[in-house]
Amino acid sequence: MSGLALQNVVKEFGSFTAVKGVDLEVPNGTFVCLLGPSGCGKTTLLRMIAGLDLPTRGAIRLGGEDITAVPTHKRNLGMVFQSLALFPHLTVGENIAYPLRIRGIDKAAQARRVEELLAMIHLKGYADRPVSKLSGGQRQRVAIARALAISPKLFLLDEPLSALDAKLREAMQVELRQLQQSLGITTIVVTHDQREAMTMADTVVVMQAGEIRQAASPIEIYRRPADSFVADFIGQTNLIEAEATGGVASVLGVAVPGLTLPAGGKALLSVRPEDVHLTAPGGSAVPATVTFVRDLGGTIETFLDAGGRQVVAVSTPRERPEVSVGQAVGIQLTAEDCVVLKS
Amino acid sequence: MRREAPRHPLDYLPIAFPGLMLVVFFVVPFGTMIAVSFFRRDPAGFYAPDFVFDNYARFLSLFFANVLGFSLFLAMTVAIVSVALALPFTHMLARLPRKAQVVWLVALLSVLSLSEVIIGFAWSTLLSRTAGITNLFVWLGIMEQAQALTPSFGAVLTGMVYQAFPYTVLVLYPAIVRLDPTLTEAARTLGASPLKAFFTVVVPALRNTLVATVVMVFIFALGSYLLPQLLGRPQHWTLSVLITDQAIYQSNMPFAAAMAVFLVLVTLGLVAMTVLIGRKGEA
Repeated sequence: MSGLALQNVVKEFGSFTAVKGVDLEVPNGTFVCLLGPSGCGKTTLLRMIAGLDLPTRGAIRLGGEDITAVPTHKRNLGMVFQSLALFPHLTVGENIAYPLRIRGIDKAAQARRVEELLAMIHLKGYADRPVSKLSGGQRQRVAIARALAISPKLFLLDEPLSALDAKLREAMQVELRQLQQSLGITTIVVTHDQREAMTMADTVVVMQAGEIRQAASPIEIYRRPADSFVADFIGQTNLIEAEATGGVASVLGVAVPGLTLPAGGKALLSVRPEDVHLTAPGGSAVPATVTFVRDLGGTIETFLDAGGRQVVAVSTPRERPEVSVGQAVGIQLTAEDCVVLKS
Repeated sequence: MRREAPRHPLDYLPIAFPGLMLVVFFVVPFGTMIAVSFFRRDPAGFYAPDFVFDNYARFLSLFFANVLGFSLFLAMTVAIVSVALALPFTHMLARLPRKAQVVWLVALLSVLSLSEVIIGFAWSTLLSRTAGITNLFVWLGIMEQAQALTPSFGAVLTGMVYQAFPYTVLVLYPAIVRLDPTLTEAARTLGASPLKAFFTVVVPALRNTLVATVVMVFIFALGSYLLPQLLGRPQHWTLSVLITDQAIYQSNMPFAAAMAVFLVLVTLGLVAMTVLIGRKGEA
């Protein structure tokens, strides 16, 4: 059975186009992160999947069925809001039971399900507490349990962890991923935190200005970014201009072994800082000068100037480069370290 | 936020002015009224200082009990109808674009500038047989013949709700604007239709505000004495009407004062009860 499918979904607010024709397939049981800077249309896209906003054009299908015009309360999904939106007048147990109560499920079955969910989120015995008496992480868990109470087909989360402090957030990312894998539920998370997306997702969808720039597995997004926006947004990278001389790419007049480019063309290369290898100047190495060394203990960042462009190299203490500021060095580039970006 | 206890007499200075105002304009007149309520009426003059319970004794009759009961019933009905109308109205108002909200709020404020007399005469014309809305219904073919809708209980209720409605909206507005709109959205994603979400989330989340607003409108409506006279029959007259009658037309200040004191005590008792019930529900 097919999962969720978005077909040429467009959303316009007046003259502003928030989402510009998005196509996306989410197979059943996968974890997708919509990742992008604020205002890129990722939250609008999620709200359209939830039915809280209607697409201006395009179709949304779930399990082969067109749900574009189905009202939110008939979609049987679970959603966690950025503000969590826990009902302040209800206790923890009543909050979790809310979707069951609305569907007229009998009291005993409600109570059993609430107990099950409280055990799942490690909050056994909290049913009668008011939600205002919980910590941030506990409120987070209650919001997740409430959204999962009816065992929905689709689980949506809008920046769910942004209110938590850094340590708790990382722990919750792992917990959320483990929960999703044990339930096998199709999950879509909106986030602007690339670490969060890398930790949790099967597929990362990088969005910018209402469009999908790349949709692929986290490691592919990192190793093979589609364009300079993705390369720059996911982790750190060095963007280096290259030109083709005789079919081979060269940087500052030095050929990169094994890297071919169409003749006469120019291209932008993305080289991750950990792939920048320092050697002695001369030979097949690109000449550069050390401008600054930042020793962070765990990693060492060497800032270089190569023909007026800043290049950063990251190395571990084990392979600590013996360089000092002002020293002339060489950057050894190889074909497998460079990603040629679409221009 | 922790507040520091005042350490110096000067720390109390900020409340000196409001305190003084309260004494001059509330404590002194109210004290005078309580004192007058124990005075003896002098039919020849006005009243003579004394300490008699005659005024309160006269009040303890079936007639006044009925009037008091009707006054409380009318005020409570006005309060509940106003809040029941104003809650969905304000909820929708809070969702409108900023500009439209300002227009609506200014329109409501302008209703507040109308005096009770103008409101009373406007409604008595509007509900009359000769010039009232029933003529419009006849013209539309809904009704056979034009009717007088006033004086009647419905007319009194309509006029008083009309008068109380802007206050109700203005009191509810801040609380409703502050209510997190994602609460309703969350309820919808969890399976509640918009109407169900309104009754299971918005209304309970605003419970305390609603109780406070009902109390406010209740007290406001209790003081109304012109509209029941303009739009109602004598059996629709409230205690406030009788107090005015005694104080101004019968020149019986001590009896009017006694009724007023009694009304204040009953009102305070009811408000205290409402607050207590509200507290119990919260715990």
